[in-house]
Amino acid sequence: MADRRLHGLGLAALAAAAAFLAIGLKGNIAFVLELRLLKLAALVQVGVAIAVSTVIFQTVTGNRILTPSIMGLDALYLFGQMLLVFLLGGVGYVTLDPQLKFGLEVVLLMGLACALLLPMLRSRLDMGLMLLAGVVFGVLFRSLQSLLARLIDPNEFAVVQSASFANFNAVRTDLLVFAAIVTVVALIIAWRARHVLDVISLGPDAAMGLGVSWAGTVTGLLLLVSALVAVSTALVGPVAFFGLLVAALAERIVNSRRHAVLLPAAGLTGIVVLVGGQTLFQHALGNATALGVVIEFVGGLIFLLLLVLGSRK
Amino acid sequence: MIRIENVSFKHRATPILSDISLDIPKGGVVALIGPNGAGKSTLLSLVARLQPLQAGVISVDGLPVDTTPSRDLAKVLAILRQDTTIASRLRVRELVGFGRFPHGRGRLTQEDDAIVDAAVAQFDLTDLSDRFIETLSGGQRQRALVAMAFAQDTDYLLLDEPLNNLDMYYARALMRSLRSVADANGKTVVIVLHDINQASAHADRIVAMKSGRIIADGTPGEILTPDMLDTVFGFRMRVETIEGKPFALHQL
Ligand SMILES: Nc1ncnc2c1ncn2[C@@H]1O[C@H](COP(=O)(O)OP(=O)(O)OP(=O)(O)O)[C@@H](O)[C@H]1O
Ligand SMILES: [Mg+2]
Repeated sequence: MADRRLHGLGLAALAAAAAFLAIGLKGNIAFVLELRLLKLAALVQVGVAIAVSTVIFQTVTGNRILTPSIMGLDALYLFGQMLLVFLLGGVGYVTLDPQLKFGLEVVLLMGLACALLLPMLRSRLDMGLMLLAGVVFGVLFRSLQSLLARLIDPNEFAVVQSASFANFNAVRTDLLVFAAIVTVVALIIAWRARHVLDVISLGPDAAMGLGVSWAGTVTGLLLLVSALVAVSTALVGPVAFFGLLVAALAERIVNSRRHAVLLPAAGLTGIVVLVGGQTLFQHALGNATALGVVIEFVGGLIFLLLLVLGSRK
Repeated sequence: MIRIENVSFKHRATPILSDISLDIPKGGVVALIGPNGAGKSTLLSLVARLQPLQAGVISVDGLPVDTTPSRDLAKVLAILRQDTTIASRLRVRELVGFGRFPHGRGRLTQEDDAIVDAAVAQFDLTDLSDRFIETLSGGQRQRALVAMAFAQDTDYLLLDEPLNNLDMYYARALMRSLRSVADANGKTVVIVLHDINQASAHADRIVAMKSGRIIADGTPGEILTPDMLDTVFGFRMRVETIEGKPFALHQL
């Protein structure tokens, strides 16, 4: 049954992509198509990266409410970016090769995220405390980022400001190739780890009993999550609840928590929601910029719902 | 053989295990008994490398548990913890299937499937095999967890209070299954029990712990005496012999 639903999701994703490319195609078709293909590639990447990173993160932390962005990982990424501007100066930052810059930011995020999250996972905080810590981290890094922003001069600030909020309409296609490499490598690793992820979801003791070295595996998985978060944040900016929305939807659609099914399901759901949503808003509702808002709104509702349902259990 | 040499364990400054040495030869059922807080679970988790060793040496079949790669050890030794909660949404058969993970890293061969099916059937889980774990009763869940440990099919099996939540029927059935894998397949079972009569009826050897030390070690006949039980548990009880086995009437 799960397989059939996965196929359905695959078809839906294809349909969404086709609609995104084809609807309202006119004028210089080759040119428009190329633009759309680039944007499609970016949206697909973002959808898959957020979905997969959320599923992995939820497995590692052992709950279905926390996501990388709720734990402040994208705020951390933007903080890292601002830190680079601060250290290099606006001119230095702008003249830096974008790929190199992005690479630096990815590595920075991976380091910072591990430094922050590993001690929390090791002390096995419960969900409530993790959530609280995430909110605090989020606020902390946003404030630190704006503090840095105030310390640097306005021109330099403009360099990063444009990238500080989610915009599915204006994706950074210049980073696409490099981001795609990071995403594909991360996805291959995630896919190969699908059975290990199943074992991790049993919890530390059961996983160790089955021969999975907990600390090493979890560190590796967090690095993977950080890389994927960096990709999506760099391409479109921070999104708070999209991952939660997609992971919750995918789990309900395939009705399984086995990663061999859940990972592809989440990735495909991410594509359907993002590409389908963008098509819908662009053509049917005529307001492409609103997609981010709507996704956040629905995702936020789901977050509240999961919190209420979870606390009642 | 499981060899425990001079193992001590502290939590912060509180000593939990003090200088424990114990050899458990291959084959047979060894029951670990003792009052709450004696350190039974801690000892078992150290043998199963779930906690890092602080002092002393533990080896299983000659493999030192602190340096042997975790996945190699998982083919030799399986553990069921006292209070295992499964957070993930899994069906019974999927859970039991995880017992095969150390052997195929997640890919189930036909042979694996046969072993899983056997474990599912052995613990009367066939009718429940498509149910989600969280919908099971406490005893049904416990049986699924034991079946998973069985499916791991290791030479050494450590079970921490596996009779928790089991009714009389399944408690007896589990003890008999343990007996039969020990006798027929030469497996070594170390089991923490609070029901000393189960230990007497089914174990070859009883090791009693108290306050982080081993205070008695012998056959059921040697351990189940009013004096010995008084030393371990702190009160006197009647011991009667039925069909050559001692049983303690601790309820009186
Ligand atoms: N995380 C911990 N922090 C502090 N003390 C601990 C911790 N874990 C165990 N202990 C202490 O170590 C001692 C031994 O605990 P252990 O769980 O090994 O006992 P046990 O013999 O299995 O008891 P029970 O029969 O109740 O399961 C207890 O006094 C317990 O309070
Ligand atoms: Mg215990």
